[in-house]
Amino acid sequence: MQLALFIIFGALAVAGALNLLLQRHPINSALSLVVVMMSLAVLYWSLGAEFLAAAQVIVYSGAIMVLFVFVIMLLNAGEEEHTTGSRAAYIVGFPGAAAIFCILSFVFLSERKALGLTNLGGQLNSGLSNIAEISTVLFTRLLLPFEVTSVLILVAILGAVVLARKEQ
Amino acid sequence: MSHLSPFQTFLLLSILKIVVVLVITLTAVAYTVLLERKVLGRMQNRWGPSRVGPFGLLQPLADGIKLFLKEDLMPMAAQRPLFIIAPIIALACSLISIAVVPFGAVQRVKGVDIFNVADLNIGLLVILGITSIGVYGIALSGWSSNNKFALLGSLRATSQMISYELALGLSLVGVVLRAQSLSLRDIVNSQAAHGALSWNIFGGFQFVAFFIYLMAAYAETNRSPFDLPEAESELVAGYHTEYSSMKFAMFFMAEYANMITVSCVATLLFFGGPSSPFGHLIPDFGGPIVQAILPIGWFVLKVLAFLLLYIWVRGTLPRFRYDQLMSFGWKVLLPIAMVNIIVTSLILALRG
Repeated sequence: MQLALFIIFGALAVAGALNLLLQRHPINSALSLVVVMMSLAVLYWSLGAEFLAAAQVIVYSGAIMVLFVFVIMLLNAGEEEHTTGSRAAYIVGFPGAAAIFCILSFVFLSERKALGLTNLGGQLNSGLSNIAEISTVLFTRLLLPFEVTSVLILVAILGAVVLARKEQ
Repeated sequence: MSHLSPFQTFLLLSILKIVVVLVITLTAVAYTVLLERKVLGRMQNRWGPSRVGPFGLLQPLADGIKLFLKEDLMPMAAQRPLFIIAPIIALACSLISIAVVPFGAVQRVKGVDIFNVADLNIGLLVILGITSIGVYGIALSGWSSNNKFALLGSLRATSQMISYELALGLSLVGVVLRAQSLSLRDIVNSQAAHGALSWNIFGGFQFVAFFIYLMAAYAETNRSPFDLPEAESELVAGYHTEYSSMKFAMFFMAEYANMITVSCVATLLFFGGPSSPFGHLIPDFGGPIVQAILPIGWFVLKVLAFLLLYIWVRGTLPRFRYDQLMSFGWKVLLPIAMVNIIVTSLILALRG
């Protein structure tokens, strides 16, 4: 059953990503991105990372994409024209994308040992919760990077406040 | 059923559970509307619906027929696909979250827990996630109607829901800390030891969290006193101004289904869910069937009490002003929720 879900939502993620590029109205593109995020969440879940799946839904589709949609609604962005694009994009774009795809798949396949493997539905069948394990790692071994990241985000928030504040 | 494989049994029972829970939820939605009209009527010294059937009990049916038979208007300037899909998102999101709610004690038939559609180990996060997806239904409905009142209403609703989601999520952390699990079943079990004394609101000293949750939940469901998105004196009807017939009914049902979900979650997290308030004081009576149904009775009773509180609050309190709403959410509820987390985790760390 997890295999069926994996295939269906993998296809849905690809379809959503293509739709994101092909739609002419920004709000339709943003909604396609929401579909991609949700499908990714299902993929994470079917690989046994249920906490990551929930975080993906709550953070990306529930918070960040809502803000995207919000901004598009407020700016009242209209439909965009299809342009032929620059010639450089055609010449460099397709080979570049193909090259990145090849390099990534080569790295993933050759470093398979170091990256490790997971089974479809992996931990879901054994009934183990990975939230406890994630938090243990996060608050012991990776405590410094975790705290540094939160300080970084705090700096970004302060920067946004400074930029948004009106001059007296 | 002996010739079915375990997977087939699981599948059939799951479909059965989904259908039964869905039918019961939708009926409950219809009768919550009736309850609200009746109780609100009594509070305002009038009768409420009393003509259709005995005591007006068939009024929801009449309302349903009326809404089905109304003309389905489609504004010319509306963004057609999004206009149609928005109420579907709103209703679907409000109905999905009921799936993770355990509404009775663990009762296994052929290895399938029949009083809980899906027992997930991230049940609470699933509810929060689905609530945050439900924002899209309202945001898109206002934008796609191409009406300034609808857009203003949906902008208000969206910003209100995003702001109060934080306080809502943070108020639940104390409960999760106590139960050490995100599974709703585990959270219920963590409060079942000594009846009402071990409920999170009393024995768990989570009453601060409970009141934060209650206020944030009222804002999250766009109900009075936080019903600014539908403030009829300034916004016509808010985000569903342009909707008619079944599409309007879907928004309406979504609002009441959300109320029921929020009441279910409050019951599960703070009031022990389906467990009895008397604990083991009363000896078990009746057969196993009575003992299986009794927890459901407790659960329904608690949820009903929350729904009555909703109606009572609506009949009592005036509406907030928009800036008051925002500063209340960010400057009052959010800091108190954070302090509650710190105090709860400190006490748990000192005792553990």
